[in-house]
Amino acid sequence: MSQLVIRGLRAAVGSRVILNGIDLEIGSGEVHAVMGPNGAGKSTLSHVLMGRPGYEVLGGTATLDGADLLALAPWERAQAGLFLAMQYPTEVPGVSVVDTLRAAELATVGAGQAVPDGALEDRLAAEATRVGLDSALLERALNVDLSGGEKKRLETVQLTVLKPRFAILDELDSGLDVDALRAVARRVEDATNADGLGVLVITHYSRLLTELRPDRVHVLAQGRIVASGGPELADELEVSGYAGYAEAADGGGEGAGSGAGRPAVDPLADPFADPLA
Amino acid sequence: MSDLLTSSPVAGLADPERRAAALAAAAEAGWPSTETEEWRYSPVNDLGIEGLSPAPAPGAPADVPDLPLADRAASVTVVDGAVVDIVIGAGWAEKGLVVEVLTSPGRLADSGVDADVGDEEVTAYDLLHQAWSPGALVIRTPAGLSVREPVVVHTHHAAVGAVSFPDLVIEAGEGSDLTVVEHQTSAPGAGASVPRVELRVGDAARLRYQVLQDLGRDHVQLARQRSSVGAQATLVSGIAAFGGRYTRLRSDSALVGRGGTANLVAAYYGDGTQIHDFRTFQHHHARHTRSDLLFKGAQDDASGSIYTGMIHIHPDGAGSNAFQTNRNIKLSPDAWAWSVPNLEIENNDVRCSHASTVSPVDADQQFYLQARGVPPVAADRLIVAGFFDEVIERLPAAGLRDEVRRLVAAKLDTRGAVDAPETPGAEAVDR
Repeated sequence: MSQLVIRGLRAAVGSRVILNGIDLEIGSGEVHAVMGPNGAGKSTLSHVLMGRPGYEVLGGTATLDGADLLALAPWERAQAGLFLAMQYPTEVPGVSVVDTLRAAELATVGAGQAVPDGALEDRLAAEATRVGLDSALLERALNVDLSGGEKKRLETVQLTVLKPRFAILDELDSGLDVDALRAVARRVEDATNADGLGVLVITHYSRLLTELRPDRVHVLAQGRIVASGGPELADELEVSGYAGYAEAADGGGEGAGSGAGRPAVDPLADPFADPLA
Repeated sequence: MSDLLTSSPVAGLADPERRAAALAAAAEAGWPSTETEEWRYSPVNDLGIEGLSPAPAPGAPADVPDLPLADRAASVTVVDGAVVDIVIGAGWAEKGLVVEVLTSPGRLADSGVDADVGDEEVTAYDLLHQAWSPGALVIRTPAGLSVREPVVVHTHHAAVGAVSFPDLVIEAGEGSDLTVVEHQTSAPGAGASVPRVELRVGDAARLRYQVLQDLGRDHVQLARQRSSVGAQATLVSGIAAFGGRYTRLRSDSALVGRGGTANLVAAYYGDGTQIHDFRTFQHHHARHTRSDLLFKGAQDDASGSIYTGMIHIHPDGAGSNAFQTNRNIKLSPDAWAWSVPNLEIENNDVRCSHASTVSPVDADQQFYLQARGVPPVAADRLIVAGFFDEVIERLPAAGLRDEVRRLVAAKLDTRGAVDAPETPGAEAVDR
């Protein structure tokens, strides 16, 4: 049984504080969904957990089975068992997925860790088949000239070949047609059952969650988890939207209690606006 | 003080009067200066070539490095500018493939390519070449002959403290098809070479010319390549440059026949204090001609590169397409790359574009690979090899692509472990 534990995580981009104290605890085989409006800090959470440069951690902790993730370089976090399926997978000209995962597994072996059995090419081909990705694309440059659906399928293939303990799926549903959505969601669901994969699903819409059923749903607004509940919470959000939660986040929490000088939420402001825009 | 410009002519070469005149003209011209546009970005004042002497005729057979190319139509060895060995594969001479030596000098001044390329500066290096080159290697296909295997030329510099003057002329006859691979190497120690290459691609012919420059780290090269491409003909000229202390190539490609194409590609990778310098001209003299230049380089340690390029659409170049792209990856904060693309268009009915970039390894690409568990050094290695892949795939000699990949990998494998120049006194060019 593995644990991904996030406590009081605060982070900024430049001078702007985006995460205001995130608490989450995910165990093996569990699926947690973090939902929220645009600009709530969802993608920031995924980037901070994976260690993307440009994000400054201001406080709090994130541990994977006790290992301090925030003290590790991104590749060490991956080697420790964390995976990030990116919202916009980066194009890497001239570098194939086979080359990439071979280099990753070489580092795993170098660290004295075991890698899954079987030739890498065979495992990649088998996983490509399972999510309906043309295996010819495995030889091509990473994400170059791939459709949105192909990119997300390829992210899923990498996830299932690397067999991490926890995966963050950052807007895996964006750019996906219904068939691709179903294929990747089912594959991830299988991994939670077969391999005990723990999943943090970050999404704006509940579309993905009808295929990949969450154990817990958390609402992220203005950098905080403002509500948590069972899968029914996702259904509720589908109907009512996030508007109420934006205000809830602004009313409570540390720093706001003094009431001095904090601007009220503009009722005309677009709750889906991107604060980084 | 001895100076190459005022040395005495070598006895025993053909046409001594003409050589003496060229030498006098070189002394008159003097060494190039960075005050001229041609040499503005190039460290020609610090090359140390002045004190070297012309390479004597090669003596004992030199140890010339080979290439992993099994099938060859012909194989030629050139040592210190002199052709020392020609082997033509079975049957090719009968079919009309010519590989021979022409000893009369002054070819550069007489050439038809001269008129095609147009108004160019004749430098002291060109004049010294006329004075000292022992003879031109000529490779020629008759009309219609398709030579399936490449002709391989080993151009090796063996003489320490000397300058060699190799000379190569390739003529692809009308409708013929030819691939020439040239491997440029040098023995350890200070030395310089001034190679001249002329490519004449007849109407509807197809010529692929690939240079693999793997010179020693004390070697200075001042190369010039000129080409003339006929109607409906195609030239693919590729350069893979890894060696040398300072190497410069000026390349003039003239498209003189309607519908001709020139694809010009280069991959170059410097480390230590190496400098790779390219100056290219794409001349469009005829209608519906096409040129596509892609030069990609990497610079590590304190190495540097210079790219200056010009697309020149002449008044008769209506309907032409011309592209010029130079991309550089800087692998170290001390590395440098200058990239100066240019256009000169004298006809409005054309499509031209140029692009140039100099940047470090892409941070998003680094993060993506690292997020998959790839350590930073391995990630950069993959990204740089991948960066070169686009241009390696376009190199004209398919059989050499794996060798070029191997040389890129060898550079990546020895990152941070590059030795100083092999000979004391051969100081790095200080920029």
